[in-house]
Amino acid sequence: MDSNARAIARPRPRQALADNLAGYAFIGPWLFGFFAFSLIPIFSSAYFSFTRYDLLSSPVFIGAKNYAAMLRDSVFWKSLGVTFFYVAFAVPLRLIFALLLAMLFNRKSRLMRLYQAVYYFPSIVGGSIAVAVLWRRLFKDDGAINSILAVFGIDTHISWIGNPKTAIWTLILLAAWQFGSSMLIFLAGLKQIPESYYESANLDGAGSVRKFVSITIPQLSSVILFNLLMQTINGFTVFTQAFVISGGNGDPMNNTLVYALYLYQKSFSYYEMGYGCAMAWILVLIISIFTALIFKSSSSWVYYESKEN
Amino acid sequence: MNYKRRKWVRLFPYHFFLIAFGFVMVYPILWMVSSSFKENAEIFGNASLLPGRVVLDNYARGWRYIGKLTFATFFENSLLYTVLATFGTVVSSAIIAYGFARIRFIGRNFWFACMMVSLMIPYQVTMIPQFIMFFQLKWVNSFLPLIVPMFFGQPFFVFLIIQFIRGIPQELDEAAKIDGCGRFRIFRDIIMPLCVPAIITSAIFQFYWKWDDFLGPLLYLNKPKLYTVSLALRMFSDPATSTDWGAIFAMSTLSLVPIFLLFVFFQKYLVQGISTTGLKA
Repeated sequence: MDSNARAIARPRPRQALADNLAGYAFIGPWLFGFFAFSLIPIFSSAYFSFTRYDLLSSPVFIGAKNYAAMLRDSVFWKSLGVTFFYVAFAVPLRLIFALLLAMLFNRKSRLMRLYQAVYYFPSIVGGSIAVAVLWRRLFKDDGAINSILAVFGIDTHISWIGNPKTAIWTLILLAAWQFGSSMLIFLAGLKQIPESYYESANLDGAGSVRKFVSITIPQLSSVILFNLLMQTINGFTVFTQAFVISGGNGDPMNNTLVYALYLYQKSFSYYEMGYGCAMAWILVLIISIFTALIFKSSSSWVYYESKEN
Repeated sequence: MNYKRRKWVRLFPYHFFLIAFGFVMVYPILWMVSSSFKENAEIFGNASLLPGRVVLDNYARGWRYIGKLTFATFFENSLLYTVLATFGTVVSSAIIAYGFARIRFIGRNFWFACMMVSLMIPYQVTMIPQFIMFFQLKWVNSFLPLIVPMFFGQPFFVFLIIQFIRGIPQELDEAAKIDGCGRFRIFRDIIMPLCVPAIITSAIFQFYWKWDDFLGPLLYLNKPKLYTVSLALRMFSDPATSTDWGAIFAMSTLSLVPIFLLFVFFQKYLVQGISTTGLKA
């Protein structure tokens, strides 16, 4: 390399030393936290997953027995099934609602901000225990939902929470209800689509369905990909709502025992910490597979505008 | 005039739909608030939003909770945890973000990549070893495991503030340097004041997440006198014991007040935060 160019590209040695010191001083807190609260726990978790560990006595190395036990654990498979079912319905429902409402909101009106606030509000309060507790009351046999259905002449006396067939749907509904933040992300994406695309489509006589399929969806596809990824990952780790609505144990008959809830039970109710760690790594594996699949499929449906115009 | 009227007629179904569906969306919350003013007998099997007779009794009963503890304790605990955790997160994340955004040092890209990868590891992986660590430190049944890690930066907010700092012209730093400002003064007197919007966004989201946090307190706080509002509500509404739904809804409503205020006063920051960075609420 030309020594002249080098002198310009790199700061003087003394300056470089000062920069290095300053840099590490500023990121120091993160570096410490990274080792103490992420890296070391990650490696410990990998190790514990090959041990039997009840917290009080020291861990005993048992090889891959935790993973082998998982294969035979019917509750594990049940919780996996419940989680897949939850993700398969909650994520698409949430995204469809989010996209449809975002499209309705993508116009100029003085009322828009008020409407947005109303639709977004459930997402703001939805993560709270208050709402989870409320949900359990609403969907009981003598809850408000059955009273409303009765007004429309549908007489149901079932407890939506207590019935093994419907319990998971109350969780899915709770997730779908909180489409607000995805909606805002879609709305920001919709505002980026140039108006001229729709104008030329109008000139060509395209109908609204055609415009939706040929302009909106391709232009929005990278935002859809982002939302799909985030919501899928969140869906697989759902915990709090299931914990509160099921009364902490996945009732009725483990039909709301989502994966993270079973992991919590195993680790902190039965103190099978090794088994819990093994379950956590299977969760990482599942999430990685889904992320990879979504990314791989995205090359066929995500539309990237070519940079050279 | 005629045109305006036609436009109104054309838009009527649109607004009608949005208002009707919007009502369905907020109905559960409205029902909860109204039930907190109803007598217990009126809550069951009643979908009405108007209490037959408005009673404030639920709030008094709920506040006293059980035994010697009142919700004053739980609100104090929640506030202590939320405020300290938010403060720690914002201050440390801003310092770290400045380091990554403005200083050239060996290994910067490597550590930045590490930080972004750590963002993608589910909490379930680190949860158990962290618990074991804090258990051995005898930190269980204190707020330390919940608050201390927040003082070492949260990758998500570090990233958010880095993005913001990159938008600030580098010439400002250069000028300050020529005037003899050191690194820390540049950070404190020049970058920080310009970062206020990003700081506010981070603070709002972290406050909101910590106020709602359930899993952390559930793991570490096992004594009722340490309970946060979330834990107390969950205890209160235990299916095996609870029947006093009026009192439960009164306290649930109160627990949403801080979030509601945040929503009303900082809606602009919330909406911008989500639209531009994909922050999940």
